Amino acid sequence: MMEIPYTVAVRRDTGLTNGKIGIWLFLASEVMLFGALFASYILIRAGAPSWPRGDSILNVPLATFNTIVLISSSITMVMAWASLMRGRFGTFRIYMGGTILLGFVFLVVKYFEYSHKFHDGLFPSSNNFLAIYFTLTGLHMLHVLGGMAVNAYFWGPGAKLWKTNPVWFTNRVENSGLFWHFVDLVWIFLFPTLYLL
Amino acid sequence: MSHPGATAPPTPHVPHGSHHEEELGFWRKYVFSVDHKVIGIQYAITGMLFLLFGFSLMMLMRWQLAYPGSALPLLGSMLGEVRMPGGIMQPDFYNELGAMHGTIMVFLGVVPLAVGGFGNFVVPLQIGAPDMAFPRLNMASYWFFFLGGVTMLASFFVPGGAAQGGWTSYPPLAILLGTGQTWWLIGMIFLITSSLLGAINFITTTIQLRAKGLTYFRFPFFVWAQFVTAFLLLLAFPPLEAAAVLQLMDRLAGTSFFLPTGLVVSGQVLTNAGGGNPILWQHLFWFLAHPEVYVLILPGMGIVAEIVANNTRKPLWGYRPMVYSLLFLGFMSFIVWAHHMFMTGMGTGMAAFFQTTTMIISIPSVVILTALIMSLWGGSIRFTTPMLFALGFLPMFGIGGLTGLPLGFNISDIPLHDTYYVIGHFHYVVAPGTIFALFAGVYYWYPKATGRLMNETLGRIHFFGSFVCMNVIFMPMFFIGLAGVSRRLFDGGASYAFAQPVLHLNVVSSWGAWILALFQIPFIFNFFWSAWKGAKAGDNPWDATTIEWAAPSPPPHGNFLKAPEAYRGPYEYSVPGAAKDFTPQYEA
Repeated sequence: MMEIPYTVAVRRDTGLTNGKIGIWLFLASEVMLFGALFASYILIRAGAPSWPRGDSILNVPLATFNTIVLISSSITMVMAWASLMRGRFGTFRIYMGGTILLGFVFLVVKYFEYSHKFHDGLFPSSNNFLAIYFTLTGLHMLHVLGGMAVNAYFWGPGAKLWKTNPVWFTNRVENSGLFWHFVDLVWIFLFPTLYLL
Repeated sequence: MSHPGATAPPTPHVPHGSHHEEELGFWRKYVFSVDHKVIGIQYAITGMLFLLFGFSLMMLMRWQLAYPGSALPLLGSMLGEVRMPGGIMQPDFYNELGAMHGTIMVFLGVVPLAVGGFGNFVVPLQIGAPDMAFPRLNMASYWFFFLGGVTMLASFFVPGGAAQGGWTSYPPLAILLGTGQTWWLIGMIFLITSSLLGAINFITTTIQLRAKGLTYFRFPFFVWAQFVTAFLLLLAFPPLEAAAVLQLMDRLAGTSFFLPTGLVVSGQVLTNAGGGNPILWQHLFWFLAHPEVYVLILPGMGIVAEIVANNTRKPLWGYRPMVYSLLFLGFMSFIVWAHHMFMTGMGTGMAAFFQTTTMIISIPSVVILTALIMSLWGGSIRFTTPMLFALGFLPMFGIGGLTGLPLGFNISDIPLHDTYYVIGHFHYVVAPGTIFALFAGVYYWYPKATGRLMNETLGRIHFFGSFVCMNVIFMPMFFIGLAGVSRRLFDGGASYAFAQPVLHLNVVSSWGAWILALFQIPFIFNFFWSAWKGAKAGDNPWDATTIEWAAPSPPPHGNFLKAPEAYRGPYEYSVPGAAKDFTPQYEA
């Protein structure tokens, strides 16, 4: 396999690795994706004769709990990366495992929220508030799942790289963390928009 | 700073060449390859096949337009009793062909060839890189594109056939259509994913893997064009992805994002929750699809700029203003989208804004075109086949661009909207415009990809035949459109009294299209024959200055035998006092 320059070391004049630029570009496109969805939400809500308050339909305490869960997972994600920076692979495993676990807790809570809505006969087709709610949180959940899959890879089989190229491994975990923080940030926008306004 | 990446010693920019390469098997080398050149060729060939397929769909439509209601000889009866009973085209089939012609030409033909094909093959070579920054991502992006293509093709065989709502898939119609539309949306999501991965890769590669000494203003214009294109793809496609997700929800989960309250279909009020907004789709769609127009044209302009400089043997006239125009064009393309929507009743304030931005965006396009034409002045022009196509591009794109101005004005758009005039306008931009530029690129870089030149005589037959036919096809459309004939009519206007004086032009246009197909045969033959029998090219057959010509033809995995370095700007032709009329960028 031919080697591509600047996968591990930074290029002098840009000060960046390829992966770092790549992940930021990806996040830029994600901003456009969620930006378009939020814009659609605003347009549909602005055109609606009446719009329910989020807390009259959705479970605010559960969502608050989930917000705390996701923010905590962002903290453990940073700690996982910081552990690698200090060369402590054992602590990395613990924090990364914690991040994945918190992601899982988030999904479980979301599962109960969803099934409760379905049980009450509230579906995406019921009205546009629920349509927006299910589509946006559903897409966000897919992102949580994607982030968990990548993190699980670095926790498990991907961690082999630590032995052969610790710098590269640390960079990759950092990039995965950037994505995880983004997913967290999307939720921080979703929570007030859907549940509180 | 304790960042481990920052403290590590920088890797010297030396591509690790092919010499210590173990031999790859057939599948890894030609099918699941991570080499940007192989992926580029895969994209190019797949793209060209789709262009041919999309063109065939259109040739079928042209039969119905020229001779509405008459049985298509020979082929007609082969297309089945549902679509063409007794060889007579049914309206649903016509709509299927229309929607899929647009979709295939734009998303599966031109963009994959221009960006996936030429971008992948040429950009890393022109910046002196050993490969793309993320080779495996590159492979993934090709295979996502391939999956999207397969999904689109498969949709012809689902019950009810492929999508019939036009390439724009406007709701509520698109939501009420059959299963084909769902396949279309899923296919689009694959294609968007592919473009997104590709765009990330292109931008990163261009920023990071530039050869030593290759500063931004030493980039060939083609690299600039691809760089700006990649940003358009990166930022404009996600909103369409969002829109596709919302339309999928409308179709599959019964939501009403795009369905208004109280919608009546065939005399029945729909039971949907309602409250949606069909115009929302148009905004999201055109937020992509206007930048997409520049995705279609910018790589073409880049190719033409390379070929014009090379064949006039002089530097591009106004390289820097061209680059600034390109950047401005890229930025402006995000704020002109609603000029496609003057007829939606979005309000005069909005219309005034968008017609102003539309007039502004025509300025950088004109700057680039003018610079290219001025570049011809005083050059000792070599009329090679690539140059013929490049020269054909200039007036054709000019006609396409100028006929767009009346559509950009709110007031003159109203009578012209959705008529054949619009079809004529954007086909001049894309068909004898972009596609000519792409042909020029194929003839120009073919020797780099295969080590052999394409035949010039066949190239000339291909060019002159296509040039005449393109005008025979599209020029009449302006007159048909000015007469007020809608572009959506299944019979080409035959059932309307006002259209009678221009109906004969449909016949002219159709014969132009069918003869155009004949003139592609020399190209197809040339393309395959030259790969084995063409004249040996050598590394730099066109006496060009840019870095791709420093690599062997065809370049090995890893591209360059020795890491190239850029010592000067890209177009140092006919430098006074130099021994030869070109001074390559890569020679000290």
